[in-house]
Amino acid sequence: MRNRKLTPYVLVLPAWTWLALFFVVPIGGMLSLSLTTGNVITGFQQTFAVGNYATAIGDYWEQILRSLSYGACATLVCIAVGYPMAYWIAFRGGAYKSTYLLLILLPFFVSFVLRTISWRAFLSDNGVVLGPLKDIGLLPEGFAVLNSAPAVVLGLAYNFLPFMVLPIYAVLERMDPHLVEAAHDLYANRVHAFTRVILPVSLPGVFAGVLMTFIPTSADYVNASVLGGTHNTMIGNVIRTQYLVNNNYPIAASITFVLMGLLLVGIFTYARALGTERVMEVHA
Amino acid sequence: MTTDVRTAAGPPAAPPPRRARRRGRTDWGRYYTWAVLAWLFAPIAFMVAFSFNDPAGRHNTTWQGFTLHWYRNAFAYPDLNDAMANSLTIALLTMVVAGGLGTLLGLALGRFSFRGKQLTNLVMFAAISAPEVVLGAALLSTFLMMNVTTGYWTTVVAHVMFCVSFVAITVRARVITLDPRLEEAARDLGAGPWQTFRLVTLPMLFPAIMAGGLLAFALSIDDYIITTFVSGDVTTFPLWIWGATRVGIPPQVNVMGTLLFAVGLIMAVVNIALARRRGGG
Repeated sequence: MRNRKLTPYVLVLPAWTWLALFFVVPIGGMLSLSLTTGNVITGFQQTFAVGNYATAIGDYWEQILRSLSYGACATLVCIAVGYPMAYWIAFRGGAYKSTYLLLILLPFFVSFVLRTISWRAFLSDNGVVLGPLKDIGLLPEGFAVLNSAPAVVLGLAYNFLPFMVLPIYAVLERMDPHLVEAAHDLYANRVHAFTRVILPVSLPGVFAGVLMTFIPTSADYVNASVLGGTHNTMIGNVIRTQYLVNNNYPIAASITFVLMGLLLVGIFTYARALGTERVMEVHA
Repeated sequence: MTTDVRTAAGPPAAPPPRRARRRGRTDWGRYYTWAVLAWLFAPIAFMVAFSFNDPAGRHNTTWQGFTLHWYRNAFAYPDLNDAMANSLTIALLTMVVAGGLGTLLGLALGRFSFRGKQLTNLVMFAAISAPEVVLGAALLSTFLMMNVTTGYWTTVVAHVMFCVSFVAITVRARVITLDPRLEEAARDLGAGPWQTFRLVTLPMLFPAIMAGGLLAFALSIDDYIITTFVSGDVTTFPLWIWGATRVGIPPQVNVMGTLLFAVGLIMAVVNIALARRRGGG
């Protein structure tokens, strides 16, 4: 009997230790680092310098706002593009549902960085797409897609689209088809059946999708570096540079915390507005 | 796979009765879905095509002519080979360690109720949804404060950390659907707890453990953002590509990308075939 009671703790212990040591403790470590002052040469002293946060926000509010708006735009693109696709696969995919899902996931076998760089080559100013269009005079000679805000947003949407499609598909697939039948029996037309029955049922899936696209897109810096040129840097680029190039760790840690806080506030506001409770269960 | 879909697309292919009234209409949803899939595959098609290109200069962006030269000289860059070897070994280690820890965690979450279960779920949820930049920055901060030199092993540690929750979720989903009566039957037939686990539970969980492990492998080999923070002087495949962008990416990168994609494609097709046979048999 005693054994049985201990079993779950024994099972959980190794993973818990790992997550505690390398996830929970480091978040605390970063918090502590964000309140220090000093530099790489003299070392960093804990001075509870709350001013670091003022510096972080004051110097980088532009990149912060840009990141959040790029993330929001990319998320909207993902919903607009992904919802109809998830809908079609769930309701009309028939025997090939799993094949379609696999096709959506297959691009992941090519490295994220490589796919993004492929986009850059694909869309380059005189590359395989723009080159011929310019040759036949459809586009002016100076036309460019790269190094613009839309290029970054579309790159982000491209890279994270599957994370929107899969959760929406999952709720629609589980949905009881009798609900739609009942709506039709009660004289709902197709628009009403969608807006009053299907859409509300699918909202938890959309929520999970938003969570899984908005967070990583707002914090990404790969797309901004590869597709955005020098004028579209996001907060991720700043964090990376401050940590790895400037070694300005306290400010870097502060910016990271500001980003984390803003994302948390955003997600919880959205959860409240949507009325989706038990956020975690939806996600898992 | 295209042939599959074409046969399914034939209009009289016995539509389910409820949808019979839609028979005459064009199924725009199908064209739409394929258009989005085309978008998803466009850069990959480009990558594969340009692994056969014979570029004139350093930049492999305009089509010049067909060649197999890069396949014959796929391993011409020793640094790139090392980076690829690092990526593969790190991904394997991550698969084994995260697979093991995640399986135990998933088993506990799916089968037992225990004190701290809610907290465990919360931590897993946070680890999965936290942006990679935050995970990488937090780990680097802590390594810096503890004077740990970053490199190969810190990368493995980081990869296991962000993969373990994904494995646990995959395994938990399977544990929940297991029929507890099968284990009870084994007990009734005289098997001890360990024997029951080894001979009954584990084989039933095996597909989920494999799926979780492969997911960990895929997440690890693909990771760029966390790795940049914790890898120190060690270079992985994505990091090497990133470094090469400034000087022009050699076509060997397209070759390796294509080979990785081919491996993924083969695994996916085999997986589908096995699932079909299991489902049919």
